[in-house]
Parts: sequence; structure tokens; C-alpha cells
Amino acid sequence: MGRASVPAGRSAARDGRSTNLWLSSNFSEQANDEEDRFLSPLEEPFSAGASPAHRLDPRGRIVVTALFAVLMAVAQTYAATLAGLALALCCLALARLPLQKVGLRLLVVNSFIFLLWFVLPLTYPGDAVWRCGPLAVTRQGLVYAGLITLKSNAIIIALMALIATVPVVTLGQALHNLRLPDKLCHLLLFTYRYLYVLEQEYHRLIQALKIRGFRPRTDLHTYRTYAYLAAMLLVRSYDRAECVYQAMLCRGFHGTFYSLWRFSWQRRDGVFLGAATPALAALLYLEWGMRLM
Amino acid sequence: MHISEGVLSPAVLAGGAGLAAVGTAIGLKKLDYEAIPRVAILSAAFFVASLIHVPVGPVGLHLVLNGLMGLLLGWVAVPAILIALLLQALLFQFGGLTVLGVNTVTMAAPAVICFYAFRGLLRRPGTPAAVGAFACGATAILLSGLLVAAALITTGQAFSKVAALILAAHIPVMLVEGVITLFIYLFLQKVRPEMLEGLYA
Repeated sequence: MGRASVPAGRSAARDGRSTNLWLSSNFSEQANDEEDRFLSPLEEPFSAGASPAHRLDPRGRIVVTALFAVLMAVAQTYAATLAGLALALCCLALARLPLQKVGLRLLVVNSFIFLLWFVLPLTYPGDAVWRCGPLAVTRQGLVYAGLITLKSNAIIIALMALIATVPVVTLGQALHNLRLPDKLCHLLLFTYRYLYVLEQEYHRLIQALKIRGFRPRTDLHTYRTYAYLAAMLLVRSYDRAECVYQAMLCRGFHGTFYSLWRFSWQRRDGVFLGAATPALAALLYLEWGMRLM
Repeated sequence: MHISEGVLSPAVLAGGAGLAAVGTAIGLKKLDYEAIPRVAILSAAFFVASLIHVPVGPVGLHLVLNGLMGLLLGWVAVPAILIALLLQALLFQFGGLTVLGVNTVTMAAPAVICFYAFRGLLRRPGTPAAVGAFACGATAILLSGLLVAAALITTGQAFSKVAALILAAHIPVMLVEGVITLFIYLFLQKVRPEMLEGLYA
């Protein structure tokens, strides 16, 4: 891809390695090698692997996870939610993800839920189970906060097990295959491709700041410095975009990406879909049955 | 602030998804094939910029910059923000799939509104443009906060206190974003004025 933008020499060699890896799904792994030194927050810790879940066709996984997420989001009963959580945990077992990383992720992702636990039990109208001065914790509030926590985590676990295990490049192609608009898929692939490049740029700028003795504080100088940092990032991205586009034109780009990757629907995908359909139907039955009771 | 999965009611989720789909369709229509690399690399830059944590007293707030994104991209900011949120859900599991629509609306609607509201002010050089840039950054965050609060309150009255808390937390972010958007605008005007040409389109 076109290089030759601002700090040429230094990064050219490093970026050269990822050139032309556009269509290869293991691009992210290669990028991660380079990023490790920075402890990049952009790594995809779950996408590499050879577990049964990793080997399934991404299209089937996307469809099943989307249906599951919608079902869980509308669920209002504990029975369906708990069953959904159990299903999500089965998928997690199928994906054989490192449990420590999964737990850490869940802890961070649940920050919004923690906020709800602090407020909902105190403000939800209902019978008080515990009083402390003017504050009363209501039973309904606790029940509601619990339900939300279970629903939220069931969806996130399913997302981690079935979709975060697809490398983003493959995901873009799968979404294209599932008839999402061309331009949207191209935007996804391009944005993802340049995330790592710009993150490198960002670290270089941060290093330059640190060398000059910059210490962030709550003052105008800090804000101005960060603003210039962000602005410089935008300027460099703009320059790079021009080069990339010209390089693509040189190579005859006319609005389509050709992928060497072919999706193949295999027997295990049929088995997965065959198991997922009755499971989702059972969730639906459980939800409606419990609501009518 | 992203709303997590499983919190909002089905009606709000469906409404958000519908609005986001319409906005994305308009944005994609305005996006030429030739512009895709430019828009994508710019949104990658915004994504990385949102990893910057700015200290405000004892806490670090991360930049959002949706106002600036609206200024530079107009309607195209909607698909760009949708992609950014999808990548956040995939890479960090922040936000999620069913709330993707609602979160896109809460971030992208202010971007588009600010694009139209402050375009006139930013065309006039000097102090009006500076005021416009500050107002653009601050208003985008205020509107985002209001939309998040609205999404929570339409889900259920039980969330009114949570919504109020979230809105209050947006006030310092608003000021910081305003100042930072102002400085970024001034920098771009000096260094790469052609990037702001979208304003004059």
C-alpha cells in the first residue's frame, strides 16, 4: 500500500511487512507481533485459535449470534435468561478461550452494569428489603438489576465466543457475503486495516512528547498538547489516505476487492445450525411460556 | 458513554436500529467509492484519538470528538461512527450488537446536527469560527448525553436517576471536548486548511 507520507524512513521498513496482507485473514496476528511492545489495547486476543468454534463458518456464527442477541435483549424472564446464559457458556467452552482474559474483559465491560447496581435497587419502586436512613433497597430493584446483568453478560459471552473469534478481515468478507452494502464492508475493512498503522503513529507522537518531558495535568497546556496530538494524527491520516488512494489507482483499483478466501459450508456447520435452531426455539418457548404463566 | 447490552427495551432498540439504518443509508449514498480510503483512514484516526485519556482532576476521560467528526464528514460520519462502534464491540466488547443502532444514533445524530448548526459560523474566519468550533465540540457531547438519557428514560421510569447521573457526568466532558475541538480546529486551519474544505461543500 502506498507509503511515503510524513516520517518516511523510520516506519517504512516496519510497515513494509504488512504490505499486501489485505486479504489474508491472519494479518492481525502479524500486526500483533509488532504491537506487543506497546501492549496495544487494539489486540484481538480471541481471534486466533483452532477450537471447534473457530473452525465453524463465520456466516453461520454471525446469524446465530445475532438471533441469540436479539432474543436475549427482549427476554424478560429469569428462566429464559438463565437458559441463555447456559447456552452462551456452552459456546464459550466450544471456543476454548483463555478464561482469565475472558473474565478480565467481562469485568471491564460490566462498568455500566455496576452503575445500575448502585442506583436501580435504591430508586426502583417496590417493597423495601433493607433500609438505611432515607434509603431503601427494593426487592423489585434487585430482581431487575439481576435480570439486566444476566442478559447483558449472556450476550457478551456469546459475542466473545462466536464473533470475536472471527478475525475482523474474515468478518468483513462474511458480512459482504451476507449481503450487507458494499461500501459499508469496504469501510470496515479499510478502517480496520489502518487502525494499527495509526496506532503506531500515535505511539510515536506520545514518545516524542515524553522525551520532551510532557506530564499530563488538568490545565490548558495539557489540553492544547493533546489537541495538537489528535490533530497531527488526523493530518497524517489525511496525507496517508492520499498516498494509499493513488497507489490503489496505480494498481487498477476500480471499487471491488477480490478475495482469495472462499467460504465453504461444511458438515460441522450444518450440525452447528441444526443444534442452534432448536436451542433458540427452546429459549423462545421458555420466554413466552413463562410470560403467560 | 455506551449503553450495555440487555438494558434497553425492545421498542427503543428497534427504534435506534431503524434510525441508524436510515442515517447509514443516507451517509453511504453521499459516500463515493473514491472517498472510501480517505473516510476510512480518517475514522481510524478518530478511533485511535478516542484512546487518548485526558486528565480532569483525578479521573481520565477519553476523547469522543464526534462533533469534529461531523464537521469534517457531514452525513458520512454516520457510517463511519457505526463502523467504529462495531469495531469497539468486536475488539473490546464495549457496547454490543443489539445496542449498535442506539449507540450509533446517540453518537452520530449530534455529529450531523452540529455539521448543519455550526457550518455557517465556522465559515466566518476569526473569533466566530473559534466560538463555533468550541460550541460544536461541546454541543455534540451535550446532545449525546441527552440522547443516552432519553433512551434510558423511554425504556422505563426506573432509569430516571441513572439517566440524570449520566447527564451530569457529561458536563465536564462537554467542556473538555469543547476546548480540545477548538484547538484541533485552529491547528488544522493553520496546518492543513484543505481538510476543513468539507465545511464549504
